[in-house]
Order: sequence, then C-alpha cells, then structure tokens
Amino acid sequence: MSSIKLRVVVALSGLAFACAAQAGQTATPVKVAAQTKKAASKSRSAIAAEFEKFRDIMEEASPAELFEAKGEELWKAKRGPKNASLEKCDLGLGPGVLKGAYVKMPRYFADTDQVMDAERRIVYCMVTLQGFKEADLAKKPFSSASKTPDPVSLVTYVAGQSRGMKIAVPQKHPKERDAYNTGEEIFNYRAGPWDFSCATCHGADNLRIRTQDLPNLSSKEGAIAAFQGWPGYRMTGGLMHTLQWRLNDCFRQQRFPEPGYVSETLSDLLTYMGVNANGHVYKGPGIKR
Amino acid sequence: MADPMRIRAKAKDGGVNVKILMAHEMETGQRKDSAGKPIPAHFIQHVSVTWQGKVVLSANWGPAISKNPFLEFDFKGGKKGDKIQVTWTDNKGDTRTDEATIN
Repeated sequence: MSSIKLRVVVALSGLAFACAAQAGQTATPVKVAAQTKKAASKSRSAIAAEFEKFRDIMEEASPAELFEAKGEELWKAKRGPKNASLEKCDLGLGPGVLKGAYVKMPRYFADTDQVMDAERRIVYCMVTLQGFKEADLAKKPFSSASKTPDPVSLVTYVAGQSRGMKIAVPQKHPKERDAYNTGEEIFNYRAGPWDFSCATCHGADNLRIRTQDLPNLSSKEGAIAAFQGWPGYRMTGGLMHTLQWRLNDCFRQQRFPEPGYVSETLSDLLTYMGVNANGHVYKGPGIKR
Repeated sequence: MADPMRIRAKAKDGGVNVKILMAHEMETGQRKDSAGKPIPAHFIQHVSVTWQGKVVLSANWGPAISKNPFLEFDFKGGKKGDKIQVTWTDNKGDTRTDEATIN
C-alpha cells in the first residue's frame, strides 16, 4: 500500500495547441513560396515536433487499444441472426488467421472475385457468417459521440494484429493491378464544383491546409504517413475512425458525391495508397490530432 | 454493458508498475446536447486494484477525469506471474472488473 505514485491524464480533449489560425482561410492548399518558406516551415515544424512528442507520450496509453479490446470481444462473440463468431473469417491468409492480414490488404479474394480492403472484407464476413445485412451496417457506418459501429472496433482489432509488420499489399493478381490503376485514376480525377482531385491536396510535396501538413500520397514517404496511424483515435471528439471514414471525408471536402460504404471505389484508392506504402513498417492503430 | 479495460502490469525493482486504460464516457453533466438539454453526468466514481486479495489502490474519482481515462501507479510487493484485479464503479451503478497477469 505504501509508495503509490499516481498519474492520471486529465482532460485530454482540453489540450490546446498554439496553432496560429490564419484569417480568411481558403480550403485550397498553400504552396509556400521559397523566400517565406524557411521561416514558415521553422515554426510549423516546431508545432509538428511538439505534437509528435505529445503523440509519443500518448502512444503508450493509446485509447485505440480500448477499441482493439472491444473488437476482440466482438470478433470472438457469437452474434447476429446466425449466432456465429467471426473466427472463421478469411482475411486472405486462411480462415481465422489475423496475424499480418491487415498489412496485406486490400487484396484479391477468389470467393467474391473482388479486391477488398480490411473493412470491406470484415463487413462481408459479418454478412456471410453472422447474417447481418450490409444495408443496415451501411446506414450509420462512422463513429459518433453516441456510438462506435462494430466494424470500426473490428477493423481496429485486426489492424492491431499487424503491429510492427511490414506493409506488403499484393499486386500479383490482375484484378489487384487493375485496382491500383483505377485507384490512381480516381486519385487524379478532377471534378466537382471546385474542380478538385485527391491530387490537388495530396499529389505534391510540402502542401498544407492551415497548419496541417498534407502527405503526398503519390510518393512512398507520403503514402506511409497516411497509412500509418489508421485506424486512428481522433482526440478531437475522442472518436475511433477507420480509413473508410477518412477517405469518405476527403470526398466530402472536395464537394464530391460521397462514395458508398465499403465500395469498390474505396478499395481501389486504398490499394493505390497501400501499394505506394509497401515496404514500410506498420506501427498499429494510432492517435490523431 | 461496459467495455473491457487494457491493463499492463510489469514487475520492476521489487515493485510492480501498473498501467490501466479504461473505456468510459466520463460525461461531466455540464454539457448540453444539440437540443439544449443537459447531458446527464456519467462518470467513474470508484476504482480499486487488488493483488492477492489485498487492496493496493483505491481511488475516488469525479467528473474532472477525462474520457477513456489512463491510470498509472507503482506498488511494492508482487512478482511475475501474480494476478491483479481492477474494478471500477460509475455513478449509474455500472461496474466492470478485469484481470491481468504481472510480467
């Protein structure tokens, strides 16, 4: 009972960052001019470095792990109209094999003749093995203050089983190569009221929106920066999110029609991003600002 | 039903370092929903950790603790392979107990 040291992290969400918000912001990314770049990037990188430090401290107590634990319970529990668990779900390495499955997805699945990303495959398993209806799962697929959808926790659990492993998204099957090419095409496709494409923000180095650095997803370093940390616990609001949500949000910000939940479009884009990130080590579910 | 905790317990220097992550809303009762109605307070009131039937930590908490709280402490005694139990109880009477092995 003696010598008790107590450390409680209080009011996480209240942590304020000294981010100098710019007046009259536009959503268009800013290319920093060469002269001002040095000064600007110095203060910016200082903020980024501070945030990285904070993130390192948080890593050891990442709330993402809570969702991993919940996902594990959900994975093993007998649920749904068919009262079955997901333990026979094949994520590409054989039924029930989770170790390293996440870093090898999206991949081609012969049983559906489709390239599927992790969330899409898990939803497929929930439908085929447990008897859930995809339409029901797609109704409210993203986390809110009142609910974390089951697929979100499940994806987090599965992703956690690939912690510290090398990303190796396969490109052997012709459909996997198709998915990459289609993904690249969607990435560069300009449309919508603002004539945006994914590449507008994520297709060149050193772009940013306000203080937020934007990774260049067409490069190896950028793609890993984006792959890393998802699924992620967003400190804003304290919600767990997957890449399905993140990509959906990109579409929304571009004023595009939002893609269908676990649709082919997202699998293609995730293939493009995943293959670009190949060879890097995945650190597991992470923490986002 | 309450969601599981994440507990890590590591033996070091004759003591044990314990890290606990709890899944809880920790609603203060001060916030209002979109309709302007106050959101009822919902927070963990009591946490206790036992090792071999002995209480090694007992804490009374209030609404000032963050959502999904993280708690770290050391206690003397305890060795590799021993088990510890963590229990929390919130103001609605909901409770959750999880067990971990010291390594």
